[in-house]
Amino acid sequence: MSAESAKEFEALEAQARALLASFARAGYEPVAPSIIQPAGMFLDRIGESIRSRTYVFTDLAGDELCLRPDLTVPVSRLYLERHPRADVEARYCYNGPAFRFQPQGRSPTRPREFRQAGIECFGVADRDSADAEIVRLAVEGVRSGGLKAFRLRFGDIALFYALLDALSLPERWRLKLSHYFWRPSAFHELLARLARGERPDSDGPIAALAEKIGKEIPERAEELVADYLDVQSLPLAGNRSLNEITERLRDHAADLRSAPLPKEVATVIDYYLAVSGPPKEVAERVAMIAKGAGLDMSAALHALVRRFDRLQQSGIDMAQAIFATEFGRDLEYYSGLVFQIEAPGNGAEPIAGGGRYDGLLEALGAPRPVPAVGAALHTERLLAAAERAS
Amino acid sequence: MAATLTIAVPSKGRLKDQAAARLEQAGMALRQIGHERGYRGALAGLDGVEVVYISAAEIVHQLKTGRVHLGVTGEDLIRERLPDVEASVEFLAPLGFGRAELVVAVPDCWLDVVRMADLEDVAAQFARAHGRRLRVATKYMNLTRRFFAASGVAGYRIVESVGATEATPAAGTAELIVDITTTGTTLRANHLKVLEDGLILKSQAHLFASRAAPWSPEAVKLSDAILAKLSA
Repeated sequence: MSAESAKEFEALEAQARALLASFARAGYEPVAPSIIQPAGMFLDRIGESIRSRTYVFTDLAGDELCLRPDLTVPVSRLYLERHPRADVEARYCYNGPAFRFQPQGRSPTRPREFRQAGIECFGVADRDSADAEIVRLAVEGVRSGGLKAFRLRFGDIALFYALLDALSLPERWRLKLSHYFWRPSAFHELLARLARGERPDSDGPIAALAEKIGKEIPERAEELVADYLDVQSLPLAGNRSLNEITERLRDHAADLRSAPLPKEVATVIDYYLAVSGPPKEVAERVAMIAKGAGLDMSAALHALVRRFDRLQQSGIDMAQAIFATEFGRDLEYYSGLVFQIEAPGNGAEPIAGGGRYDGLLEALGAPRPVPAVGAALHTERLLAAAERAS
Repeated sequence: MAATLTIAVPSKGRLKDQAAARLEQAGMALRQIGHERGYRGALAGLDGVEVVYISAAEIVHQLKTGRVHLGVTGEDLIRERLPDVEASVEFLAPLGFGRAELVVAVPDCWLDVVRMADLEDVAAQFARAHGRRLRVATKYMNLTRRFFAASGVAGYRIVESVGATEATPAAGTAELIVDITTTGTTLRANHLKVLEDGLILKSQAHLFASRAAPWSPEAVKLSDAILAKLSA
């Protein structure tokens, strides 16, 4: 299914009109952000992995532009353009093309030009309600598109941060683990390395310098690093300050001295990341893991259960849903609840997905953090799945 | 008479001279047809072979589309510009010239950065301190992206450089670079150091065969003859 034949295009348009009408009835204003977007915005926020999938080009004025690879960032920019102070609630819906290069070749469910219909909700402080509203509207959209049987999969990035906060860890390791969360294989390597108590190389001039400055107060350490660079006549370049270089050398020194990460801590993290199942059961199992390790995660777990209850009340059968603690690790801008809607059948592409991204608007230039949550439906896949099911 | 086999060789610079020397050494001297700046030629002793002079980068494209049967160009260009190398070309013979290494280099003053793994930690720290990603200046966007992904480094973005890549960290337009080096002199002069595990590719010129070109039995025979002379 793709929009390239007239008949399919009309079917897609009819479906999209129905979706937009239902979003509008729920109070979401239809918007149409530009298709051509500044590429730097995407590359800076989503990272280089998006470039391999994005049509990036330089125009005659020398500006690096792209065909939007999704609509969340363009709609967020539209919100900031209308509300530079980012201090009002806004609900937007949209339907339009997005473009992604398909490295494995194009296919009906992986077209390079596809349509997204979606909703984004900005500035609503009651996060539980906003999350539940977005999931409910996405589910209703899929149903109104003619697909009655589907599976909901959830994850929650914030729950992992709550676990890290509850564990007793040196701050530098906490930062490192939360940063590596997004790269599962590197994460597991890091965890294993910390648990084995592997030290950084302790020979060489840098280790010697690190050891020397590790014992000093930060200001003195910075002076010593400046002296070292001076003696070696190495000019400061590459936009990192003396302070940043010194900070990492001090971390290096701390790693040289520190005891390994306790095995139990690594095990708790591994156990946590393996939990998957119906949401209620997952919450109970995570609670058991926390209790066994003497950790207090009750606030985060209560918030999770409260949200599940909300969803159940809004007519979603949560007993049939899956919650996986690992889910969402490949979508770096999400910060809380993440979800996707899958058609029946193994290996089917997700039909819709979304989640909370409280950090994105500030990264795009908002003067303050803005609560934000949204969802998008892949309308070609929805139409194809509905036709398969009927 | 139309040529049976077309071979592309670099049209300018050191690569052109070295390719000519290597072919002559193998007993197949290049004969340029027409005046000195002409773009067609022949190989001494091999009838039915047409030589076309094209830029090393364009040779990659001609091999991919099958407009030439054989081509002499750098492995770095092939790996950078072809999305599926194995499906597009066959590596027939390394030619022993055009040697260069594609490496990841950071400012010397980054005492705390020795390996690729350090880079990801620095990226996290840099994002906290400066609110943006590390910028990597390079002409080799695809090779950089693949290597960084394989090394688990994600917190960066590429800025495409058109020249003097090695000067960008000092100029402040990038934090680190991925570039070609032969002796390392230029890197040292710009106060850059190569990361311990920062070697992306050891490249040299190769003779490549196009998988998309129309291979008649006669063309295969001529290609085998060229290969035999090169390996003799």
